[in-house]
Amino acid sequence: MVRKEFSIAKLPGFSLIAVIVFVALYLPIMMLVIYSFNSGKSVAIWEGFSLQWYVKAWANEQVKEVTLRSVGLALSAATFSTIAATLAALGTTRRPAFKGQMAIFALINQPLMVPEIVTAVALLIFFGALKQFTGYQGMGYLVAAHTAFCIPFAYLPIQARLNGMDNTLETAAADLYGRSFQIFRRITLPLLMPGILAGFMLAFVTSLDDVVITLFVKSAGQDTLPTYMLAQIRRSITTEVNAISTVLLAATVLLLILFFILTKKKN
Amino acid sequence: MSSQVPAPAAPQAFVDVRHASKVFGEGNLAVKALDHVSVAVQQGEFFTLLGPSGCGKTTLLRLIAGFEQPSAGQIFLDQQDITFDPPNKRPINTVFQSYALFPHLTVAQNISFGLEMQGRAKREIAITVERMLAMVKMEELADRKTAQLSGGQQQRVALARALAPQPKVLLLDEPLSALDLKLRKEMQSELKRLQVETGVTFIFVTHDQEEALTMSDRIAVMSAGKIQQVGAPRDIYSRPANRFVADFIGDINFISATLRAGQAVFSDGTSIPFEYKGESRQALLASRPEHLRLSAKGEAHTLAATVTHTVYFGTDSHIHLKLQDGTDLVARVQMDFLTESSFDKGAEVGVGFAHDALQLLDN
Amino acid sequence: MSASENLTRKTSIKNAWLLSSPALVILTLAAAGPLLIVLVYSFLLPGQYGNVKWGFSLDAWVGIFFTKDIFDGTYQMADAHLSIFWRSIKLSILTTLISLLIGFPTAWFIATRSPTMRTFLLFLITIPFWTNLLIRTFAINQIIRNEGLLNTLLLKVGLIQNPIEMIYTDFAVLIGMAYVYLPLMVLPLFASIDRFNMSFLEAGYDLYATRWQVLRRIIIPVTKPGIIAGSILVFIPSLGAYVTPRLLGGGKNMMIGNFIELLFGQGRNWPLGAALSISLLAVVMAALLIYVKFANKGNSHGT
Repeated sequence: MVRKEFSIAKLPGFSLIAVIVFVALYLPIMMLVIYSFNSGKSVAIWEGFSLQWYVKAWANEQVKEVTLRSVGLALSAATFSTIAATLAALGTTRRPAFKGQMAIFALINQPLMVPEIVTAVALLIFFGALKQFTGYQGMGYLVAAHTAFCIPFAYLPIQARLNGMDNTLETAAADLYGRSFQIFRRITLPLLMPGILAGFMLAFVTSLDDVVITLFVKSAGQDTLPTYMLAQIRRSITTEVNAISTVLLAATVLLLILFFILTKKKN
Repeated sequence: MSSQVPAPAAPQAFVDVRHASKVFGEGNLAVKALDHVSVAVQQGEFFTLLGPSGCGKTTLLRLIAGFEQPSAGQIFLDQQDITFDPPNKRPINTVFQSYALFPHLTVAQNISFGLEMQGRAKREIAITVERMLAMVKMEELADRKTAQLSGGQQQRVALARALAPQPKVLLLDEPLSALDLKLRKEMQSELKRLQVETGVTFIFVTHDQEEALTMSDRIAVMSAGKIQQVGAPRDIYSRPANRFVADFIGDINFISATLRAGQAVFSDGTSIPFEYKGESRQALLASRPEHLRLSAKGEAHTLAATVTHTVYFGTDSHIHLKLQDGTDLVARVQMDFLTESSFDKGAEVGVGFAHDALQLLDN
Repeated sequence: MSASENLTRKTSIKNAWLLSSPALVILTLAAAGPLLIVLVYSFLLPGQYGNVKWGFSLDAWVGIFFTKDIFDGTYQMADAHLSIFWRSIKLSILTTLISLLIGFPTAWFIATRSPTMRTFLLFLITIPFWTNLLIRTFAINQIIRNEGLLNTLLLKVGLIQNPIEMIYTDFAVLIGMAYVYLPLMVLPLFASIDRFNMSFLEAGYDLYATRWQVLRRIIIPVTKPGIIAGSILVFIPSLGAYVTPRLLGGGKNMMIGNFIELLFGQGRNWPLGAALSISLLAVVMAALLIYVKFANKGNSHGT
C-alpha cells in the first residue's frame, strides 16, 4: 500500500518550473543591484564593497538634470492623464451602452494596441513639423506625448474601481437633496480616490519608464533618465548605470507596495 | 496498490469504512471533520448520509471518492483496500453539488468523457452515450453546450455522465439542493427509479430529512463528525437512538420523568406504565406528536395540560399544549367537527400516550 | 421608451462624450491623429537629407519587399529586408511560445497557493513588470556579455576555455524578450486560472482521467481566454520591440523596430520607414481582430 497523498491541484513539474522562473526572473536584477556596490568596474568580478558609483552618479550634474527632468515630466504627465482618465472613466462607466462607445474605448486604449515605435515615428513627423512651423522647441511636446500614452494606464484602475461601485450611494445622496456636483465631490470622488491614486501611480511609472517615444520626440538637451542611460550603455560607460538602476528599482518597489496597499483596501 | 483483505466487518459489506478520521488544519486551528466513523454499505442499496451542515457527511463522501485521504482509518470497496487510491483508480463516480459539467464540452461530450478516459472503443462509447441520454431523457439536447441548460437539465447530464462508465458505486453530493421544490420532488422519484433499475449502489448526501426518509433503503444520521445512528428509515423515525436523532428527524416531544420499576412518574405525580427495570432515576422521555392521545382532563394515566394554541393543517391540526410544570408539547390530531371545540385556547385536557410510544433516550 | 426616458438617455450620452473629450482630444492630437500623417508620408518621396519631398510615389511600398537595382532598374527581392521581417516574426512567435510554456506553470503555481502566498507571489511577478524595460534588458545584457557574469563564471569553473558568444545574436534577443515580456503572459493567465473551478479537476479525476489528460482536455480548453490574452499581450510588443533587440542584438541583428529607426535616422528613407510602420500596425491590428473575434466566438457558446 503506497501512502501517497493525492492532491487535486498538483500538476507534475509545474511547481519546479515556477520556482525556477521566479529565481530566473530576479537573478539578473539582483546581480545588477549587487554589482552596483562593486568597487571594481566589472559586472562579473567582485572586487569589494564600494559606494563609489553612487557617489559618482550623485555628483554627476547631468544625472541630476535628467533625473529632475524625468520626474518632472512623469509628474506632469501623470497629473494630466489621471485627470483626463478620471473624466473619461466617469463618462464611460455605469451607463447604458451607446453608439460610439466602442470607438471611445478604442481611442483611449490606442497606446496599448499600437506598437510604440509606430507612435514614436508618427510624433517625430508631426511634432517635427510643428517645431519647424512654430519655432517652439520646449518640453510641451514631451508632456503631450507622455500624457497621451499614460491615459490608458491611468484609466484601467479608475474604471475598474468605478465599475465596482454600485450607484445606490449616489442615489441615496440625491434622495437627501444633494446636487450633482456636491454628490460627486462628497460621495463619488472620495470613494473613487484609491482607484485614482492607483491610476496616478501607474501613469507615473509608465512615463518614467518610457524610452522609445521619448527618444523620437525629444529635442536636443531634453534627455530623460532612460534616454541618458541608453546613451551611456551604447558608449559602454555602464558603471553609473548600475547604481542609477538600483535606485530606480528601489523607488519602483516602494511605489508598488503603495499600489498594492491602495488596491487591496476595500470599502 | 490495493491488497486483498478478508472482510472482518459486517458480512458482504460492499463499501466498508473502518474507523475513518479526518482532521483539517494543524495545531490550534485543527478541525476534526470526521471522528472514528465506521459505516458498512451493502451492494445495491440506496444509502443516505444525513445530517446538518458541518456534520462531516460531505467529508466522508469525499474520502470514499478519493478527493481526500483519511487521517486515520481505512476504506474498502468490494473487499479491496482503496484508502489511498487516487480517484481515477476507483470504480466510483460522483455527482457534484455544483454539477461541475465541463463548460467547453457538449452534453454528449460530457457524458462520453469518462468512457474516453477509460479507453473504450468509439462504437461502444457512442452506444453507451445514446443509452444514457435516453435514460435521463436528454436526447434532443445532446449537442448543446452545458452552460445553456437549466438547473434540472444540468443535473440530469451530471447523473448520466457519472453513470455512463458503469461504476460500482455512485456518490451524490446534495445533488437536488439547487432545484426548486417541484423539480426536487420529481428528481427524487427519478433518482430512486434509476437506482432500482440500474442496481448501482448509491451513496446519497443530504441535509433534508424528508428526502432521506422517502428515498433511502438505509440512513446514517451524522452530527459533529460522528455517526449517531444507522438504520432503515422506519427504524430511525420510530426508534431514534439518542436525543439528536430524535430531534433531527421529524418533530418530537421531550418530557422529563422519574423512572421506577415498571413505571414513569411525571412532575405532577401522574404515573404511566413504562417498561423499565433498573434503579430509580431521572430520565428524558420522547414521543412523536402523532402518538399523543388527548382526552378529557383527569382520565387515568394522563398528564394535565392546557391548550396554548392550535395550528390548522387541513388534514390534521397541531395542538400546542403546556404541562403544569411548564413543558411544551405538540400533538398531531386528525380533526373532525365534533372534536374541534374541545381544543380551544385555554381548554384543559389530559395527555396520554399510545402504546409503546414513549421512548427513553440516552443523551 | 417614453419621452422623458429618451431625454435622460440623450443627456446621458451627451455627458458621456463631454466627459471623455479631454482624453479623446489629447489622444487624437498626440497619438492617433499623427498616424494618419505617417500613412500620407508612406506615399511620398524621400528627401535628400531626411524628411520627405512632396510627390506621390509607391516606391516606399514597393521598397518593402523589393530593391531597385540602381544600374539597370530591375527589381529584386530585398533580402536584407526579408531577413529582418523573418527574424522579427520568428522571434516574436518564439518569445510568445516560450513565455506560454514557462508562464502557464508559473501562473498555475501562483493560483494554487494559499491567499497570502498568492498575493506575495503576484507582488513578486509585478515588480519586474513595473521595472524599467531598459534596466531589465540591461541586466540580461550584463549577464550574457562576453565579459558578463555567465561567461566569467563558466571560465572560472573551467567548463569553457573561451567566452561563449551569446550577445548580439538572435538567441540573446530571444532570451531578453522572453525575460522582459513574461509577466505580461503570467498575469492574464493567472486571472483565467484563478476563475477556474477546481471541481472540474475533481470531476475529471473522478471520471478516470490521468493528470496529463486533465491538463490537456479540461484545464487548457477552459483557460483558453487567458492563454489567448497573454499570447496577444506578448506577441504585439515583441513584434514591435526596439530597446531589447537594440541592446542585445547590436546593429546587425535588427528587428522591424530597429529598422524603422534606422530609416528615420541614418538610412534617410522616411517614406519607407512610414510604409513599414503602417505595415507593422496592420499586422498588429489583424492579430487583435483575430483575438477579438475568437474571444467573442467563445462567449457566444456560453463559456
